[in-house]
Amino acid sequence: MNVTIEGTVKKTQRFHSRNLLPYLLVSPYLIFVMVFVLFPVFFCLFLTFHKWNIIAPMKFIGTDNYFRLFQDRLFWKAIGNTLKFLLLHIPLQLIVSLFLAYLLNQKMRALSFFRASFFMPVIVSGVVVTILWQQLLGFDSGLINRLLTTIGLNKIGWLVNPDVAIYSIAVMATWKNVGLYVILFLVGLQTVPTQYYEAAKMEGATRWQQFYHITLPMINPTIFMVVILSTIGGFNLFIEPYIMTGGGPLNQTLSAVLYIYKQAFQYYNMGYSATLGFFYAIMIMTVVILQKKFIEKEV
Amino acid sequence: MNTLSSLRGTKQCYGRHCEELRGTKQSNLLHIHVYVDRWGLLRQARIDEMIMIRKISIKKLLMYLALTIAAVTFIYPFIWMIGASLAPEHELGKMTLWPVNPGFQNFKSMFEKIPIGRSLINSLLVAVLTTSLVLITGSFVGYALAKMQFKGRQLIFYIIVFTMSLPFQVTLIPNYITIINLRLVDTFFALIIPFAVSAFAILMFRQAFQGLPQALIDAARLDGCTETGIIFRILWPNIKPTVVTVAILTFIGSWNEVLWPLIVVRNENLMTMPQLVTLFSVGGRADSLLGVKIAAAVLLALPVMIAFLFFQKHFIQSMASTGLKD
Repeated sequence: MNVTIEGTVKKTQRFHSRNLLPYLLVSPYLIFVMVFVLFPVFFCLFLTFHKWNIIAPMKFIGTDNYFRLFQDRLFWKAIGNTLKFLLLHIPLQLIVSLFLAYLLNQKMRALSFFRASFFMPVIVSGVVVTILWQQLLGFDSGLINRLLTTIGLNKIGWLVNPDVAIYSIAVMATWKNVGLYVILFLVGLQTVPTQYYEAAKMEGATRWQQFYHITLPMINPTIFMVVILSTIGGFNLFIEPYIMTGGGPLNQTLSAVLYIYKQAFQYYNMGYSATLGFFYAIMIMTVVILQKKFIEKEV
Repeated sequence: MNTLSSLRGTKQCYGRHCEELRGTKQSNLLHIHVYVDRWGLLRQARIDEMIMIRKISIKKLLMYLALTIAAVTFIYPFIWMIGASLAPEHELGKMTLWPVNPGFQNFKSMFEKIPIGRSLINSLLVAVLTTSLVLITGSFVGYALAKMQFKGRQLIFYIIVFTMSLPFQVTLIPNYITIINLRLVDTFFALIIPFAVSAFAILMFRQAFQGLPQALIDAARLDGCTETGIIFRILWPNIKPTVVTVAILTFIGSWNEVLWPLIVVRNENLMTMPQLVTLFSVGGRADSLLGVKIAAAVLLALPVMIAFLFFQKHFIQSMASTGLKD
């Protein structure tokens, strides 16, 4: 008798608190994911086979969008620009942030001041940073060109020279994000046990040897994280060229995301833009996975 | 002192392992520091002071020099920006850091040209609502995943990881169309709902809740506390750092978001600040008045900068704990 009563009580309790409740808690999330993540993935795939300008009815065009993509010189140029950007952005980001973190990783005065000053651009909107750098990099009245002319050098067309513009943007993006990576490296550096350095010192290792043989391998996970994060961030380059150059000069700063945005919201080629977005997303994932494999092998 | 003399071998003391300095012995040029190291052992270290001081000071000097140069490159543009926003237009051509005749003319003409005050309120509203929703939904799902057994738990976990690694380019256009179909274009809902749930927040809360003892929850249940009460009144006070981290990151992300508002909001009165400032500086509305453009940028940056100055430690810890950026 006792047992059955206990059993039913347990059962009802379990039914209420164990069975239904978690689903109740999770349901808003599930609805959200269906509407804003899973459905869009399939809808995006669906759109890639259609021509659609939102107003007129959708038209099935098979794989035309994909053929168009592979022949679209401007898209490949945009990808090329994004890669050029990454080529400067990632190494610069790594070196500068690691260097600054290395300097900060010791007992020192004003540590929080330095940390805060490096971090300031990270929290400020990209819009602000872009407007600011637009002034710094201006050809005639820009601060940097003024500095160059005062020390007797020639002006550089930071944003107007087609060969230079994308690299100027890469330097700017590095300036904006480096503070975050300084903090990440600082955390990483502090996990390296000091005994290792002592042992190395006893063996007569130079500072550089210590750095190369102890520090670098120990902070490898941080390096990995920084590379992945700046790769993803770089692939999403949008607002900087949008405000600074609009993609010019000669489409040399047209980033892939900016091109996708233009296809969709300026020319209203929804189907084609979805194709670009889908293709680009797969590309990003592939690059990130390859990087992961490569870096893990290196260790 | 017997232990002291029995310790063989001397080594330079940089203060790194020194937990507590017990004293200094001195003989001629030789200084001997007696200290307790981090493992609690009594140790002594010889310091050839003359050499140490010179070595350290030159190295330190170079280090501070490098750091100061770096700090200036990071801070100078901001100070210049604030100065320029206060400068009359004809003074902008000069390189001076601070204008000779500062005034608020640029801000005045900006307020006349665009509804910037309105957009400030919009941005605040959107960011606050988004942050609250993310905190609530994140806690709910994180709690369920951390502290409850149910069918499909693993599946949900995989979905979350998938969501996090999915580039936004895939969902951008479909979501825009969803917003159109839900007739939400030009509403705050369009700006809030797509960001109301964050996979990252869920994972953060899940991890934090996992670290709390089950007994805490059981005790609260026995006292008749509801499940939402457990989450917000019993568990939240125990995971304050996580709550702060998620709140700061979500708020900043929402405040700085610009691509999505550009897509779903066309009505100037509903625009968020970054969007309005972007359109203002890209379009011809600034009438090529540089000062006004910079004033807009200053107004956009100021709230976050002030918040950062006050809660610097929280900001940096939050960002560092995740490695996430906007």
